[in-house]
Amino acid sequence: MANEVCFRTLHLDKPWTLESYLSVGGYQSLKKILTEKIPAEDIIEQVKTSALRGRGGAGFPTGLKWSFMPRQSEGQKYIVCNSDEGEPGTCKDRDILRYNPHQLIEGMAIAGYCIGADTGYNYIRGEFWEPYSRFDNALKEAREAGYLGDKLFGSDFNFDAHSHLGGGAYICGEETALLESIEGKKGQPRFKPPFPAGFGLYGKPTTINNTETLASIPVIVEKGGQWFLEHGKPNNGGTKLFSVSGNVKRPGNYEIDMGTPFSELLEMCGGMKDGYKLKAVIPGGSSSPVIPGEQMMDVTMDYDSIQAAGSMLGSGAVIILDDNVCMVNALARLSHFYQEESCGQCTPCREGTGWISHIMHRIEHGHGKQEDIDLLDKVAGDIMGRTICALGEAASMPVKGFLKHYRDEFQYHIDHKKCMVGPGSK
Amino acid sequence: MPQANNELINTASREDIDQWVAKYPADKKQSAVMAALRIVQDQNGGWLTTELMDAVADYLDMDKIHVYEVATFYSMYEHKPVGKHKICVCTNISCMVCGSGEIVGHLEDKLDIKMGETTEDNRFTLKEVECLGACSGAPMMQIGENYYENLDAEKIDTILDGLK
Repeated sequence: MANEVCFRTLHLDKPWTLESYLSVGGYQSLKKILTEKIPAEDIIEQVKTSALRGRGGAGFPTGLKWSFMPRQSEGQKYIVCNSDEGEPGTCKDRDILRYNPHQLIEGMAIAGYCIGADTGYNYIRGEFWEPYSRFDNALKEAREAGYLGDKLFGSDFNFDAHSHLGGGAYICGEETALLESIEGKKGQPRFKPPFPAGFGLYGKPTTINNTETLASIPVIVEKGGQWFLEHGKPNNGGTKLFSVSGNVKRPGNYEIDMGTPFSELLEMCGGMKDGYKLKAVIPGGSSSPVIPGEQMMDVTMDYDSIQAAGSMLGSGAVIILDDNVCMVNALARLSHFYQEESCGQCTPCREGTGWISHIMHRIEHGHGKQEDIDLLDKVAGDIMGRTICALGEAASMPVKGFLKHYRDEFQYHIDHKKCMVGPGSK
Repeated sequence: MPQANNELINTASREDIDQWVAKYPADKKQSAVMAALRIVQDQNGGWLTTELMDAVADYLDMDKIHVYEVATFYSMYEHKPVGKHKICVCTNISCMVCGSGEIVGHLEDKLDIKMGETTEDNRFTLKEVECLGACSGAPMMQIGENYYENLDAEKIDTILDGLK
């Protein structure tokens, strides 16, 4: 089944309006919790049962994350939504904001209830003007209708949310960089510990969840954790949005059950475009190691299966590459991205991403040296585990993946000063 | 040290900034700096001057250096004049394998400038950008607040001809 959770309004006319959301049962989960005084522990238990894992890329169990919050302690706490979608290949949160913003608001409110926060911020990347406008309008609608504000549904629970617009920086998708950015600073990640649950936004206990994660919550509350879990498989609960891009006939966002075979997803996308064959798949956003097409055809779309194949489900961004794509060109472009987006705080990442990009540039342009392939592998390895945040890993894993499976194309580029396949091979 | 004259920020911009300030705790005005920089950049035709950044620092009670840090860290702030229409073209992987190279080529030929340059009549600036999160609509570009997806040469011609 498709479009049952985050996309459940998608079939409606103007799916982003409050009217549309109410017509699919919107805000009923929040109402039920508050009018029936369901304890936060029970909701967190349902979320744990659902096996919902963080949809931003890290895949951390959401219920567990919420349980880290010092809910009972006095003082300000925050729920922060991460809509700083920027991992190349990923474009799902944009569509949640555009087509179902109220479900995200309800999810934020329920999360706020569970962790003891009365204020939420949604960090939306600065380029997302249309999604931001939709979300901001939804906030206004929700306030006017009494779904945000004081004493919601006659309870003692107060909750309001605001949007914060970014300014163009991939690193702000990292949760502590995002907090720095909301505080009006450069988006440079913080050391952990302390973790945000202890010291977060403005130094207060904070939970940061991805847009899709929070938007899944109202449906989990409505239908139960078990219902959600059964849409996937154990440890890989629920439905998931997959952003399919690249060389397929019908790229797009597909909300399907976790554990769906990749081959089925490819079929939904109409198969390969222009008569080319499937060469490789980057299964979870640009940071996830590439998997050869043949191997991918045996993989199911869930955390465990993709991990067993040597990669990561990540954000669920599935980038499809056909046999006309030169892997040297592809990695060179990704390496340039990580160099651009390194925040510069940690030397191994700042210098390492620069060197990877520099070496890739010379291989791509026919100036590669014989020792460059080993050097690339070494530089990538030297970054890993030596940085404050995961951007270092994110930049290194693609290098490792491309070299593991397509080393011959890199060698060909160095030997022949041109691509082994595609337009650049002529 | 003389304070910058924050009257450089016009009334409409101040009202806009104040709405952002109101979203954050009363003692956390600095949280509005990113919005404030965007707003004064728009007021100034798409780029920031030192005087404007100083005015933002003054308005939000921030040290100037902290405003400069933010203004130079994020990619959407411009520090030299740009054309009336800033065309941001994504060339990252999903766009690349869907033909962003041809899109860049067509724009450069049509406007007779290279990436990073502005046309002589100051109407257009071309800027290469990183992934804008519209990968299933690749190749894509952003002009102002709008995304344009599934581009080809013909579509670009229509879009540019439709801009004032």
